[in-house]
Amino acid sequence: MKYDPQCRYNETHEWIRVEGNEAVIGISDYAQSELNDIVYVELPEIGEAFEKGEEFGSVESVKTASELYMPASGEVIAVNKELEDKPELVNQDPFGQGWMIRIRLVAPEEIEDLLDAQAYRALCEEKA
Amino acid sequence: MSYVPVTPDERAEMLAAIGVSSIDDLFVDVPPAHRYPQIDLPAPQSELEVLRELRALAEKNADLDHMLSFLGAGAYQHYIPSVVNHMLSRGEFYTAYTPYQPEISQGTLQAIFEYQSMICELTGMEVANASHYDGSTALAEGVLMAYNVLRGKRRRAILSPDIHPEYRQVARTYTQGMPIEIVGDDRLENDLRALAAMIDENTFCVAVQNPDFWGRLTPIDVLRDLVQAAHAHNALVIVVGNPIALALIRPPGEYGADIALGEAQPLGNALNFGGPYLGYFACRQKDVHKMAGRLVGQTVDADGKRGFVLTLSAREQHIKRERATSNICTNQALCALATAIYLSSLGKNGLRQVAELCYHKAHYLAAAIDRLEGYHLVTQEPFFNEFVIACPKPAAEINRALLQHQIIGGLALDRFYPDMGDRMLVCATEIHSRPMLDAFVQALKEVAR
Repeated sequence: MKYDPQCRYNETHEWIRVEGNEAVIGISDYAQSELNDIVYVELPEIGEAFEKGEEFGSVESVKTASELYMPASGEVIAVNKELEDKPELVNQDPFGQGWMIRIRLVAPEEIEDLLDAQAYRALCEEKA
Repeated sequence: MSYVPVTPDERAEMLAAIGVSSIDDLFVDVPPAHRYPQIDLPAPQSELEVLRELRALAEKNADLDHMLSFLGAGAYQHYIPSVVNHMLSRGEFYTAYTPYQPEISQGTLQAIFEYQSMICELTGMEVANASHYDGSTALAEGVLMAYNVLRGKRRRAILSPDIHPEYRQVARTYTQGMPIEIVGDDRLENDLRALAAMIDENTFCVAVQNPDFWGRLTPIDVLRDLVQAAHAHNALVIVVGNPIALALIRPPGEYGADIALGEAQPLGNALNFGGPYLGYFACRQKDVHKMAGRLVGQTVDADGKRGFVLTLSAREQHIKRERATSNICTNQALCALATAIYLSSLGKNGLRQVAELCYHKAHYLAAAIDRLEGYHLVTQEPFFNEFVIACPKPAAEINRALLQHQIIGGLALDRFYPDMGDRMLVCATEIHSRPMLDAFVQALKEVAR
């Protein structure tokens, strides 16, 4: 199980990696392993804005459908189009090629409230 | 004769197993005064007597073995090859339930996959589901799908007034309570060009029927223009249609429709006094995740052998719950199987022949009625298997008189349009021989006097 130390995490298993005043968002290795083979990822459109905690999309696997929640507030400036034809990238490389959206952060201080890799790992291992 | 197969010994064994001495003990919670009420039923009858009584009741119904019918308007009489019923009544198909466990349901799954494939071929579309309840609910599902493809951000659905009135009613029933506005069908004058002009940034779909409710065929360039207008605004185009006609006319996939749907009853299913029927539904691959209904897919098993499974199940409401496109989670498996067998036994050429016979017989009949004094053919446009006539007396009255001739006339249109009391929608199919068509014309002449 991979826990990317460059990322912060929320309790609904999304990760966020800050890059200046932008951030990239996806779901964790733990999340993709729980979901199993992902067949469809529904992502928002560029220009859409969401608050922290708001639902920005959903992911469907063979056995279930799960909502995606914003770890921080922002406006969507890029969406991973690869996932349209290759949703399995989320399973194969959840922190890299399986990235979902890139946002412009509107309240960078929100990141401080998120779990770091260590704390998130502890959370996941507690669930096991 | 007892119809209950349990012996007294078996009964005693079961009672002992649950620790009870008599059947009466199982009803102790029911107050004695209510335990064995007197019910005024006639004495039991033998199997022979029961059959006689039921047969007498059934004979009270007018049926198509005893009457000639020229009624269409959404459900059509076609010849069903006997092989359909032979295969359908095989226990393996007849009693099979939903194929949740692919390891024991390959037969059912493959049959549904073949059905889906044939619907794709007929409609020219990329994906078809395992069927809906009927054509009207298929339209409702089409509207819901289009709404969801546009992510619920648009509110307007344009429906052609030439779609079957009951289909439009069902679409409204399904979308009530949702922020959806159905427009366009309030005026019969709204033809496809007028509907195209209504499309705006708030429109998520426009739906048309071809052949339409009145039997008319729309020229393909008019359909293409509509598709172009809709796609310019990113709205989806839904085409409703009698699948028999698809053997004769260009299919929706060819002119860019996003969703093709309709009533597949004409393909191998009897009229059954109104049902069960089945709605066919086909769409583009890119939109498949917003399509409702069961979907069978082809795959390979662990040994690399071809197999079939229910697929993309996370779309369905028992998994996606309130975020699903629809709450439908079933299909009309047996009816879909009948359709698949019908299409297989007719083949492409056979189906084409059926469609041509319908077309030619309807045109022969229309011309013959037009020549009758007091009647005239209202339909001036090209039509498939039905057309509108004007009668010298109210159509409903003509129909009552026709029943005395053992004939079921066409649809009296004042059923849906009160101003059309003298109008009738008449249908002819490959079922009608020339003497039958002539007999109808003759009867129309007689009842007009």
